[in-house]
Amino acid sequence: MGKVKEIVVISGKGGTGKTSITASFAYLGGKELIVADCDVDAADMHLLMAPDFGKSEDFYSGELAFIDQDTCIKCGKCQDVCRFDAIPVIDTQYVVDPLGCEGCGYCARVCPVDAITNSEPNVGKSFISGIRTGATMVHARLSIGADNSGKLVAKVKNEAKTLAEKENKMAVLVDGSPGVGCPVVSSLSGASFVVLVTEPTVSGLHDLKRVYELVKKFGIKAGCIINKVDLNTDLSGDIRTFLKEENIILLSEIPYNVKFTEAMTDGKTIVEYDKELGNIISKSWEKIKEIEKLQGKLK
Amino acid sequence: MKIAIASGKGGTGKTTLSTNLASFIAESRECVLSDLDVEEPNSGLFIKAELIHKEDKFKMIPEWEKSKCELCGNCQTVCNFNAVLKMGKMIMVFPELCHGCYACSELCPTGSLPMKQKKMGELKSYKTGNLNFIESKLIIGEEQAVPLIKQTINYVDDNFGEDVIKIFDSPPGTSCPVIEATRDADFVILVTEPTPFGLHDLKLAVETVKQMNKSFGVVVNRYGIGNDGVEMYCKEENIDIIASIPNDRLIAETYSRGELLYPAIPSVKEAVISISEYIENNKGWAK
Repeated sequence: MGKVKEIVVISGKGGTGKTSITASFAYLGGKELIVADCDVDAADMHLLMAPDFGKSEDFYSGELAFIDQDTCIKCGKCQDVCRFDAIPVIDTQYVVDPLGCEGCGYCARVCPVDAITNSEPNVGKSFISGIRTGATMVHARLSIGADNSGKLVAKVKNEAKTLAEKENKMAVLVDGSPGVGCPVVSSLSGASFVVLVTEPTVSGLHDLKRVYELVKKFGIKAGCIINKVDLNTDLSGDIRTFLKEENIILLSEIPYNVKFTEAMTDGKTIVEYDKELGNIISKSWEKIKEIEKLQGKLK
Repeated sequence: MKIAIASGKGGTGKTTLSTNLASFIAESRECVLSDLDVEEPNSGLFIKAELIHKEDKFKMIPEWEKSKCELCGNCQTVCNFNAVLKMGKMIMVFPELCHGCYACSELCPTGSLPMKQKKMGELKSYKTGNLNFIESKLIIGEEQAVPLIKQTINYVDDNFGEDVIKIFDSPPGTSCPVIEATRDADFVILVTEPTPFGLHDLKLAVETVKQMNKSFGVVVNRYGIGNDGVEMYCKEENIDIIASIPNDRLIAETYSRGELLYPAIPSVKEAVISISEYIENNKGWAK
């Protein structure tokens, strides 16, 4: 049995339509897919997929220091060694600022009276849900200000992959994270194909180039969807030139259209809401399936 | 006075608001705009100013010095991030996993892991009239944005006085980079759009700033699309909607070219005026 393919949709810049497009692919792929929402910081895809939150699991990761005030002798060594300014003195007591603590554990190691303990904090929740397309979706919710979103992304992806292998699915479809840092690195690791969603704005092109630099480091094959293509024809031209130079497949071009937002407001994917836009997105999906030789195994 | 412009969801208009507000304020007084979205900084695309300074930014990571090392393995034991491993007769350091806590280095009995600088990004400082613009960019492949955000804020603090208005364009989301970017702010402006995605992520952002005990208000961008969910929510929660910017294709087109909006578009000028008045009238936040 071959390795299950992983199609990851990312954008660098937010607001380009990444999640709306991924949700449309999820609709088109139906039961053949396992869907994974790896944008754990601001996960939105579930709003269109009506998940049943069938199975949930708390996610613990990293460490968080705690100072026992009865034992503490106020020597201040913990504060001296903390490189994250996470041990302020409040009302003459040394306390840990949970939002600043990186969980390195250095303070506990130097405390002369063992007043500092570390615990593995609950930093989020992951879910395995049935969704209205008949597929299974793995998604998560990161706690406010939590570190280790990269690890939660990895957990979501691994669970999706395991499920896909077990249930002999066609592919895992991943809504990736924004930016170029640790969550998107986790989203990309192991991907077979990356879909870059961009828009013809100076920011869109700038962010596309940066995130593609990262994709290149991973050596993953990529395709691009230019959304709102008629917003700025010069920049659309620049994007096409960039794609050509980098051998990125142009999957489709979508015109600027408020129906994109209307569909979302209606709780629907674009392919369900508008025929014209839906056709363009369906064609992109067919192209991806062809490139990645994705074949439905369902009868 | 420090104002952070943030949002849960990406692409709602943080950068648009930051650049327009800062440029508008700078017409009458000194202002600093700092782009803390170091993973994908965009403010610089909208600010035409002269580069006056640049510097490399480093993080500190341990480097193994073989000669004195007794291979006791304490470094591996004390590293909570699996960034230092003892493999046979070698100590291996994985810089991308290192958080720079110094534990391995300072707790090494033979001093065999001195901390060395590793470049993680670049800071640039620009100036035009009253507007100072500070931007940092993370090197692609560096995974941790927080240390660079921290150093950028320190640079702003060291170079500009208390009386200067400082605007911080924050990264999207609700996790560690946003916390770092808004931690020192006197006031947070949350930019959202009136859609289900916008509302969902606004709620998360509100939870975040509440947990940090920050004063905050909301600016609704692309007003007129979507539904009234955001307005209803703000009303119920008693959150000020400071200003709204209409959904307008002309705005999207002007933005696409990397141009400032308020000089050409009256509705945006009205919005930035409302916001700067709101800031003037509520200076009580500033310590």
